[in-house]
Amino acid sequence: MHPIRKQRLMIVLFVVVFSSAAIGLMMYGLRGNINLFFPPAEIAAGKAPVGQGIRVGGMVVEGSLKRSTDSLRITFELTDYQASVPVVYEGILPDLFDEGQGAVAAGRLNEQGVLEATEVLAKHDENYMPPEVAEALEASASMGKGPEQ
Amino acid sequence: MGTRASICIIATSMWSFFHKLGSPPWLYKISGSILRWLLPITVVALAVGLAWGLLFTAPDFRQGNSYRIIYIHVPAAIVALAAYYIMALAGAVSLIWKMKMADIAMKACAPIGASFTFLALVTGAIWGKPTWGTWWVWDARITSMLVLLFLYLGVVALYEAFDNKEAASKACAVLALVGTVNIPIIYKSVDWWYSLHQPASIKMTGGSSIDSSMLYPLFWMIASVYALFACCMMLSMRVEILKSEGKTGWVKRLATESNS
Repeated sequence: MHPIRKQRLMIVLFVVVFSSAAIGLMMYGLRGNINLFFPPAEIAAGKAPVGQGIRVGGMVVEGSLKRSTDSLRITFELTDYQASVPVVYEGILPDLFDEGQGAVAAGRLNEQGVLEATEVLAKHDENYMPPEVAEALEASASMGKGPEQ
Repeated sequence: MGTRASICIIATSMWSFFHKLGSPPWLYKISGSILRWLLPITVVALAVGLAWGLLFTAPDFRQGNSYRIIYIHVPAAIVALAAYYIMALAGAVSLIWKMKMADIAMKACAPIGASFTFLALVTGAIWGKPTWGTWWVWDARITSMLVLLFLYLGVVALYEAFDNKEAASKACAVLALVGTVNIPIIYKSVDWWYSLHQPASIKMTGGSSIDSSMLYPLFWMIASVYALFACCMMLSMRVEILKSEGKTGWVKRLATESNS
């Protein structure tokens, strides 16, 4: 290769490697802030600020979903199978929100450790299948329910 | 000795192919003959894939019919990422070898890549509303994809901002190369951080978490959209070649031939 071209190749590699390293270090420094939500275990460990806007993500605990009879107020618990956080919310839930499924709730933690949510989003997992396949899987009870994260 | 000689022959033929790629008339001619069959195949493949995915595949057990947007969203996103590497590679070749055709490839790639990125973002938002309950959320995957759109648009804008087109290519190539760091970030964002966007359903190793009856049309669509990207690239590059070579003899001959 011509020496000038070789030099240019080196400059190209330098640009790619060093800009990647710089941005990589930045991402590493900000890693906590890039997460969209706190898992319940970190809330239990007291890592989440109280009284500030945060998001909590996890699985909706089976049997924890309670709807008020006279308003849109609902309560449920989010878990990551290590700890769980109770959530209260008043509003309309997304269609895919359900017990045993992932959800992300945005709001503020109060003094009692309850998340007063202003927005609840359903978190869809990466599983796609036709209804018949899902039924067959459920019938054979081979559907493992483990922590998603 | 035999293998060594054949390696030499392969290396020289690759080198001559690389050199031919740098020749505008050759590239114009070969892309024309490729497009003659690739373009109709792509149109048919897209029609077949869309019909297969949107009409003849079973609905999802939880999302119902709304999941079908996967047949546009995922191929568009994959090609948007791959196109960025192609643009950056063209930029690197243009920086190192000062190849004019690499410049043209880089310049052609930016708006096409931006279109696929935009398509992925829009289809994602349309799917997000009924699934997640929101059009938009600033999670790592979605935000880094938005950065990709701005990188593509940045290359387009930067190229237009220079009067000296040689300086413009140089600046664009550097921007394209710096931006490559974003591609693995987009790809791994759902694994590195907690995000609302789900992790990949198609897995390189192990079984995919998408049923095979849904996976085959998806693979079909990914291949079709790659072909669409190739067609767009060639069509766009051919226009650029004619524009930049307008005063040369072969283009004039081409014009008189097609008139007569």
